[in-house]
Amino acid sequence: MIISVASGKGGTGKTTVAVNLALSLPNVQVLDCDVEEPNSHIFLKPKIEGTKPAHTLIPKVNYDSCDYCGKCASACEYNAIVVLPKRVMVFPELCHGCGLCSMVCPQDAISEDPREIGVIKKGKSGDGSIDLVYGVLNIGEVMATPLIDQVKEEIDPEKTVIIDVPPGTACPVIAAVQGSDYCILVTEPTPFGLYDLRLAVEVLRVLKIPFGVVINKAGIGDRKVYDYCEEEGIPILLEIAYDKMIARWYSEGVPFVDAMPEWKERFAGIIGIYRTTRLHKINTEERK
Amino acid sequence: MKQITIISGKGGTGKTTLVASFAVLAENKVIADCDVDAPDLHLLMHPEIVNKQEFKGLKVAEMDKTKCIECGSCEEACRFNAISITDGESAYAVNPARCEGCGACVFVCEQEAITLKERVSGYAFISKTKYGTMAHAQLNIAEEASGKLVTVVRNNAQQVAEEEGCELILIDGAPGIGCPVIASLTGVDLALVVTEPTMSGLHDLERILDVTRHFGIGSAVCINKYDINEENSKRITEFCRQRGVDVVENIPYDSVVTEAMVAGKPVVEFSDGAVSDAIKNIWKGINSSR
Repeated sequence: MIISVASGKGGTGKTTVAVNLALSLPNVQVLDCDVEEPNSHIFLKPKIEGTKPAHTLIPKVNYDSCDYCGKCASACEYNAIVVLPKRVMVFPELCHGCGLCSMVCPQDAISEDPREIGVIKKGKSGDGSIDLVYGVLNIGEVMATPLIDQVKEEIDPEKTVIIDVPPGTACPVIAAVQGSDYCILVTEPTPFGLYDLRLAVEVLRVLKIPFGVVINKAGIGDRKVYDYCEEEGIPILLEIAYDKMIARWYSEGVPFVDAMPEWKERFAGIIGIYRTTRLHKINTEERK
Repeated sequence: MKQITIISGKGGTGKTTLVASFAVLAENKVIADCDVDAPDLHLLMHPEIVNKQEFKGLKVAEMDKTKCIECGSCEEACRFNAISITDGESAYAVNPARCEGCGACVFVCEQEAITLKERVSGYAFISKTKYGTMAHAQLNIAEEASGKLVTVVRNNAQQVAEEEGCELILIDGAPGIGCPVIASLTGVDLALVVTEPTMSGLHDLERILDVTRHFGIGSAVCINKYDINEENSKRITEFCRQRGVDVVENIPYDSVVTEAMVAGKPVVEFSDGAVSDAIKNIWKGINSSR
């Protein structure tokens, strides 16, 4: 089972929910797909067992065979390759690594070279109970999506997989949540939280991934997130009240279920809600 | 003309809260919301849209199923896993959310069943607000090319600033360190990084300061909610001192920030108090150092 934890708005508590949920369930693998600013490892304190570079491919021109016909440049949708009279320029930060330039070259003069965009780290949490895989995007790098895809290649089908998703609604989010069986949307009960929650809900509806909402910092703001969830029939899976102690544990990099073990049952309960709603759905669909 | 971008690395540290207040305090400026996939500044600025432009980002492959003979060469050529036979379907289909519009499938398809089509990936707006003119945008959900749309917003802001003779562009950035963030930073005079005194805040601050250094952009830091963990605030201050980055002023935690948000107002306009005083000092500080 793959569960992703997403939000739209940043800083609502995705990592808090992902990490505390992971610590409340048996046999878990956490994939931190927020490769721009991964934070799960701060809380899980893994012993790193392996680090490997992640690459995309960029074109490399063999000048012995290139006749400067310019077909590669006109084929490239990203303007990442420019053909001059005696030189071919490649702009790696514009290149998506699609390989089309190499396909269209009549002289077979373009091969592809790997270009490092980041690294993937693997390890086990401090107490050995959780497998963690996370991507770290290189500084100055714009291509986050291929790194996210490569983190997801590490999915262990034998485990309950929890994916920490980057904020937003654009392509890195799609890459991270796609293929999930269920998505937990973490929001806060404020106007910003609600606006970005609506966007995130649209994303999941487009991707046809079932979802529920966790309301973090409950008690601040207003009730409009609750009204919205009710109108839309979105289940509220859990409320985490705004609590100075929880904020304090968070600031120290300590998962709060470690300090407040009574929360483990509540987090584990989220999965129970998912299973019953899924069962309910299967039952009603069968009846049809 | 000066440009200041407010960024954070980590999400939810208070970028938009600060930008909205600066919009009240700054004179003769244009406001630009460069968080195009989850923009929130409009919830405080209440813009009245005067100009709406279609944004065409990447193209998208479109398949004519009547011509497809299901040879599978498109699926093989696509490196973005955007073409497949999905469960329960009988034919190949393009997943527009994954398609990056490269055209490799078009090239390999011998049946000419696939074409590249332009798509509207979002909208850019120029709006009037009571605080000045605002450039902003909304990327459609599940779209790529957010960096390009950020550039459109910045170009709009610059054009307005020139027309109106403004001296300043105030830019609200996106969380993270990737494509849209880099697009919101290129060529600005100052990056003000808002962080919080948490281990995550510190970790993410380090990475975003690596980015500003990488691009040679002058940076200053402010710690929001500094009193939720004063030890960490000291750590961040010390870290910044070692990096030679100014910490301008710290903002205390106060529920008034959320109350202002619920009221739909910038916090300095909503209330006087410690938070508003701190924000005014930050604004003074970055102006005197500019």
